[in-house]
Amino acid sequence: MGQKKLMKGNEAIAEGALRAGCRHYFGYPITPQTEISHYMAKKMPGLKGTFIQAESEIAAINMVYGAAGAGARAMTSSSSPGISLKQEGISYMAGAELPGVIVNIVRSGPGLGGIQPAQSDYFQAVKGGGHGDYKLVVLAPSTVQELYELTIEAFNIADRYRILTMILGDGIIGQMMEPVELKDDEEVQVIEKPWATTGSGMTREHNTITSIYIQPEVLEKHNLKLQAKYKAIEENEVRVESYNCENADIILTAYGSVARIVKNVIKMAAKEGIKVGLIRPITLFPFPKAEFEKYAEVPKAFLSVEMSAGQMVEDVRLCVNGKRNVYFYGRMGGMVPTQIEILNNIKEILAKEGK
Amino acid sequence: MATVFKKPHALKDLSMHYCPGCTHGVIHRLVAEVIDELGIEGSTIGVSPVGCTYNNYEYFNCDMQQAAHGRAPAVATGIKRVFPENTVFTYQGDGDLAAIGTAEIVHAAARGEKITTIFVNNAIYGMTGGQMAPTTLLGQVTTTTPFGRSIEANGFPINVSEMLSTLEGAVFVERVSVHDIKNIMNAKRAIKKAFQVQMKGLGFSIVEILSTCPTNWGLHPVDSMKWLEQNMLPKYPLGNFKGKDLEV
Repeated sequence: MGQKKLMKGNEAIAEGALRAGCRHYFGYPITPQTEISHYMAKKMPGLKGTFIQAESEIAAINMVYGAAGAGARAMTSSSSPGISLKQEGISYMAGAELPGVIVNIVRSGPGLGGIQPAQSDYFQAVKGGGHGDYKLVVLAPSTVQELYELTIEAFNIADRYRILTMILGDGIIGQMMEPVELKDDEEVQVIEKPWATTGSGMTREHNTITSIYIQPEVLEKHNLKLQAKYKAIEENEVRVESYNCENADIILTAYGSVARIVKNVIKMAAKEGIKVGLIRPITLFPFPKAEFEKYAEVPKAFLSVEMSAGQMVEDVRLCVNGKRNVYFYGRMGGMVPTQIEILNNIKEILAKEGK
Repeated sequence: MATVFKKPHALKDLSMHYCPGCTHGVIHRLVAEVIDELGIEGSTIGVSPVGCTYNNYEYFNCDMQQAAHGRAPAVATGIKRVFPENTVFTYQGDGDLAAIGTAEIVHAAARGEKITTIFVNNAIYGMTGGQMAPTTLLGQVTTTTPFGRSIEANGFPINVSEMLSTLEGAVFVERVSVHDIKNIMNAKRAIKKAFQVQMKGLGFSIVEILSTCPTNWGLHPVDSMKWLEQNMLPKYPLGNFKGKDLEV
C-alpha cells in the first residue's frame, strides 16, 4: 500500500532520501533549495538521524565525506553558488571513491546571479566541476514524482559503484507542487561496505579512506580503475525517455523542467502538421548516446532547448556526429523559454532545412 | 628477559618519513600510547590532515580517513555523528587548522562536537617548504617572510588555544610542548585527558602541542628545542585553558 501526497519538489527529494535510508544530512541555507534542509531538520530527530546546519558548504560536503567514509548513506543539497564551493569535497570524494548524494537545485549565474531557475550548471555537473579526471552520475528529473524516485535510485547507484550521484534540478522543479505516489516499501538496496571506517574492532586490518597516491604509477592505476568504473556506468545506467521520435521532422532534446515545456510544444506543432520528437536524457552522465545514434538520421535536424547559453547541445552534437545539423535555443538569467518561442524556432529551422 | 621498551600497538612498526629531529614522531607515539592505555584502538577513527602528516593513516593502526586541507574537523564531525560511541580524533598542523581550516575548527568546537583534536604548532608550513603560518612569530624568517614577519605586512600570530577556549562547546583546551622529557610526559597526560573527555561525552577537546621544524627553521634539532623554548613559550604560554578540573 502506498499513499498519494501533494508535495513540493524539494520536499519530495528529502522524503525520497529518508526512504532510501539516508540518516545523515548536512546542509547550508541557499535559495531555492532550502526546503530540503527544513524537511530534514524536522524529520531527522524522530528517525534518530543527523541534521547539521553546517558553517559552510565546504564543511557540509566534508561532513558528507566523513559520514560516507564511515559507511552511512549521507547527503547534502545546495544551489549553484553553493555547489561551486562544494567542488573541493566532490573531487576528494571521487578520489576516495565515497558514495553519496548531492542535490543541485540550479539557479542562474554566473556569480551570485539570481534565484530564478537555470540549467547553466550542466558543464559543472557533467564534465567535472572540481579538479582531476572524475565523473558524477547526474540525474535530471522532470517531475516531482521523478525527483522522489530518482533520489532513492541515486543512493542505490552511489552505493553500487562507490560514486557520487548528483540530482540536477532547477528552481521550477524544486519549488513546484505535484502529487507524488509514495510506496511504503521502496526498493532500497543494502550494500555491504567492508571498506568503511567503522572502527576495526581489532578483528581486521585497519581501513583507510584516502584520495592521495603520491607515486605516479600507483595514481595512474587508481585513475584507470576509476575510468573503468565510469565505463561500466555508461554501459549499465543510461536512462532516457524518447517521445514521438519515429518519423519526426525534427527531434528536440531537453532535460528537466524544459522537457515539460517541449512536450507541450509537440502538441502545438502537431496541430500545424509538424512532427516533433523529443529525446529527454534522464541521466546526463551517462549520456544516452545510443538513443541519439539510433535517431541520428531520422529527422531533418535536431534542436536542443535549454535554460543556458548552450551546454548540453555540445554532447548532442558529439552524438549526432555531423549526420544532421544540431541547433540550439536557450534563455538565460532565470528566463524560461516559452512554447511559442520554441515553436517559432522549429519553423525557422525547418524552413532553412528545406521542408 | 623483561621488555622495558616497545612500540605501542596503535602505531605500526614502520620507519616514518619525517625529517630528522622533527617532533611529529614523538607526538604520534604519545597519541598511540594513549590509545593503547585506554584500550580504544578497535573503536577509534582518526582523521589525517594535509601537511607533513598527510599520510599518518599509514602509521596509526586504527581506522583512518584522510581529509582535505583544513577540513578534518568537518570530516570528524561526519564520522562521529555516524558512530557516537566511537572515539574520533583529528591530527592537524598550524596551516591546516589555523589558516585554511579556521572555520571548520571554530565551528566544530562551537558545536561541542565530541571529538579530540591534536593540534601541532611549529610556527611554520613544513610540507610546502617553510612558508609563514598563522602561528609564525613576529620577526620570524620564513620563505614567504624573507625579511621576517612584520605586523604591517602580515599582522599578528594567532593564539589558537586562547581563542577556542572562549567557546562554550570547547570543554578541554590545553597547550603543551615536547621540547624536553618533562614536557613530553605532561603532553601525554593532556592528550589522555582530552581523549577521556570525549569518551565521557563532555564536548570538544583540543591539545595544542608546540613542536619543532629543524629543516625549515634551518636549525640543528637540538638548537630547535632551544629555539622553541626561548621564542615560542613567551608567545604561546603552556598550560590548561579550560577543563582542568573536569572529572574523567
